[in-house]
Amino acid sequence: MTRGKPWAWVVFGLAALYFLLPLIATVDFSLRIRRGTYSLDAYLNVLADPRFQQTFSYSIFIGLTTILVGIFIVLPAAYYVRLRLPQLRPLVEFVTLLPLIIPAIILVFGYIRLYSSSSWLPLLGWQVGGQYIGGPILLTFAYVALGLPYMYRAIDTGLRTIDVQTLTEAATILGANQFAILAQVILPNIVVAVLSGAFLTLAIVIGEFTIASLLNQQVFGVYMQNVGANRAFEPAALAVISFVITWGAMGMIQLLARFAPKTARKE
Amino acid sequence: MAAEFLRIDKLVKAFGTNQVVKGVDVSFNQGEFVTLLGPSGCGKTTILRMIAGFEKPTSGSITVDGHDITTLAPNKRQIGMVFQAYALFPNMNVADNVGFGLKIANVPRAQREARVEEMLKLIGLTGYGKRFPFELSGGQQQRVALARALAPSPRMLLLDEPLSALDAKIRVSLREQIREIQRELGITTVFVTHDQEEALSISDRIVVMNAGNVEQFGAPFEIYNRPQTRFVATFVGQLNTLNATVADAGRKSVQIGASTVTIPALPATARTGEAIALTMRPEAVSLSDVTGRDIQLEGRVAEVHFLGSVIRLKVDLGGNTISLDTFNDQRTPPPTHGTPVRLGIASSDVLVLGS
Amino acid sequence: MADPVQTGPAMPFWRRVRSGLSGGTLTALLGVAPFVAFAILFLILPTLGLVVQAFVGPDGGFTLQNIVDLSQPQIVSSFSISLRISAASAAIGAVIGLIIALAIIRGKLPESIRSTVMTFSGVASNFAGIPLAFAFLSTLGRLGLVTVILKTVFGIDLYRSGFNLLSFWGLTITYLYFQIPLMVLIIAPAIDGLKKEWGEAAATLGATPYQFWRYIGLPVLWPNLLGTLSLLFANAFGAIATAYALTGSSLNIVPILLYAQIRGDVLQNPGLGAALALGMIVVTALANVIYLVIRARAERWLK
Ligand SMILES: Nc1ncnc2c1ncn2[C@@H]1O[C@H](COP(=O)(O)OP(=O)(O)O)[C@@H](O)[C@H]1O
Ligand SMILES: [Mg+2]
Repeated sequence: MTRGKPWAWVVFGLAALYFLLPLIATVDFSLRIRRGTYSLDAYLNVLADPRFQQTFSYSIFIGLTTILVGIFIVLPAAYYVRLRLPQLRPLVEFVTLLPLIIPAIILVFGYIRLYSSSSWLPLLGWQVGGQYIGGPILLTFAYVALGLPYMYRAIDTGLRTIDVQTLTEAATILGANQFAILAQVILPNIVVAVLSGAFLTLAIVIGEFTIASLLNQQVFGVYMQNVGANRAFEPAALAVISFVITWGAMGMIQLLARFAPKTARKE
Repeated sequence: MAAEFLRIDKLVKAFGTNQVVKGVDVSFNQGEFVTLLGPSGCGKTTILRMIAGFEKPTSGSITVDGHDITTLAPNKRQIGMVFQAYALFPNMNVADNVGFGLKIANVPRAQREARVEEMLKLIGLTGYGKRFPFELSGGQQQRVALARALAPSPRMLLLDEPLSALDAKIRVSLREQIREIQRELGITTVFVTHDQEEALSISDRIVVMNAGNVEQFGAPFEIYNRPQTRFVATFVGQLNTLNATVADAGRKSVQIGASTVTIPALPATARTGEAIALTMRPEAVSLSDVTGRDIQLEGRVAEVHFLGSVIRLKVDLGGNTISLDTFNDQRTPPPTHGTPVRLGIASSDVLVLGS
Repeated sequence: MADPVQTGPAMPFWRRVRSGLSGGTLTALLGVAPFVAFAILFLILPTLGLVVQAFVGPDGGFTLQNIVDLSQPQIVSSFSISLRISAASAAIGAVIGLIIALAIIRGKLPESIRSTVMTFSGVASNFAGIPLAFAFLSTLGRLGLVTVILKTVFGIDLYRSGFNLLSFWGLTITYLYFQIPLMVLIIAPAIDGLKKEWGEAAATLGATPYQFWRYIGLPVLWPNLLGTLSLLFANAFGAIATAYALTGSSLNIVPILLYAQIRGDVLQNPGLGAALALGMIVVTALANVIYLVIRARAERWLK
């Protein structure tokens, strides 16, 4: 029944113009690689490029690793803060917000200074024959940091919708140990929340440029930048592909939200 | 009677095709406390919001003190309103909330502060001026909301279920306080509730509503004792129903079970031999035959509810079940389940309702 | 709260720890250990490390020279451009985002529009970096669709009239593509929290819609608005990929300068690089401190 106020429609119309024009323009541009006719050649060029295939699959791999590591770091922390250490909550929430405040370039700069050449931490700073080996691991941790605010919020929201205390007590009475409780009782109950955190992380990580480039990692974002510097129409095709991926990740989150427990809204 | 102050004329409101107020005609007097009573969804809030100016009537008019305000903007109406959920401004303390209307009206600060003090005293919250809404209990918040509505001396006060969100005890004490303040200020007040006890206890007059229509408009005593429709009779207070047959329409005599009695209230339209339903309030029925209770019935006690000063019994009459109230008597315990009893009803207390 | 000893706030920390170790708290501490280790190793130490290095000279001793050197013209101008772009894109993004959120919620647009806008905002707020630059090049670049249409259909030559995508306004317009949706996403729940009755109560007390927003609506939203504003500011201030892909290193903003410094030590002084990073940290921290202070003052009425 809501018809909406006229001024609201005007605002909506102008906003739609600003947000849709670049998308239309990009699609249009990506199809113009051949003079005088629309064609999908720019897309075909991109998809057929072995560098695209390599960097894209590498980015996906790093993204999935990031998600797993992120869950491993965040889930137990969020769970125990909720269950046993509520006094730590303000501190933990503050820490999870840090990546929104500290620019990524600062983080990666700090990592390079701290870990790259003469690292005192194993695994991060291997140099074999001048080749920097620790990169992928450092990159993963950096991406965990980028995704931390979203992963923590998603998991904490998930935990809020279930009765952590009762579930834990019930499982303990049945003889489950702490690890089994987390992995087999808590996690399956908040899988929707965890997945939405995961898709958000993926959306952020998949086209990331700054950190990867400074760690010399050949990821999708770095590839896109290279193409952008050297080609005319392929970048537009890449932008469309990226947009579709982002939209897909967000769409998955929306879809998942429908499967969330109906009791979820406590706030 | 005092002068007519608020007049509602053929008021209709439809949301799309859904007519929720279907031609309401009522007028209230200056200084009167009127309650809109009816089940939830019957259109009470909608009427109140049309008086306040938040909904535009589909047709009809609203007149205050001789001026048609049907299309006047809400902020020009000088009508105070109190909401169910308090709706205090969270960013202002109590004093600023109460003084808001005066600030908007550009009342000088000193005068405003004096008025706020006066209002806080009126609601019994002197010294609470610096508190923020979240530091107050529900009952206190609602009193502040009342003070806020009254501070600019509005022409009329509207209250939409102001007590529904409160605990039972506070609900009763606050409704008495509201009534007291209303009397003191003599402000014309429209109060909305779905609670019939609340309505009966504080109103000068009650508008009983059902599905967008006015069923009856009258003083509580009238509404309760002389309900004009079956809806009013059942919605306001408890009601017993006895199935009976008209024995002789001319003599107004009716047969209930084995006995034949005269019912003065039998309508002229009744036909001999017709099946009718007789209704009466629980307090119109007594145990044993008191003088003047000319209808005598026999039955067995089916349920006993000890409510304290009152004992409510359900008596099985073989087909009909009747509720009745007797006062607690310290010396006589109430009858027990299954006890045979005699009931007495005064035929003048019997109502015959159209279906 | 099985063990009241654990939660007594007045108890010294060591007592809490010791009494906690006997219960399940040891497991709990083990559970948060990965998080704590991660936070220290990958958030706190790297940042603190840079802060320290900003005060270390080439000889390894303490110095303020790096901070003093920040005053060289290239760095000052980069901070000036960065601050202006971040402030402009945050402020404009916040205002426009607020208006859009108000339109879909208070303007009573249909539910389908609302959910579309919210989903799209989720996507667009994450559509930053390199692809965003490509999208705006296709739109407002020299051969971009809008540029071309404006020229051929309306006879307006954007680039002749002084516009350049690789400039302050070009970058600001581009940043708005993720700033506005971020604002919408964050502020919409806050606007939902504005109760309809507040507006109605204000109206019955004689207030105009303007007075409602002046005295109630905006003050209630204020802490949220400021918080989002500082977030948008930090968001733009640290952003580099979009600018880099748009302009290469031709636009002199702080993160691009820092990027070049990390890549090849263009400032020829590692300490100065750290000082540059410290400058960025101070700016974003300041934005958040200002927010926290103002929020604390509003806190009086927040539950
Ligand atoms: N804004 C609206 N749009 C559509 N229907 C409404 C609106 N407001 C109220 N209604 C409908 O009008 C009817 C009466 O509502 P209301 O006046 O709030 O009832 P009451 O206050 O007596 O409980 C209800 O059926 C309700 O669903
Ligand atoms: Mg109502």
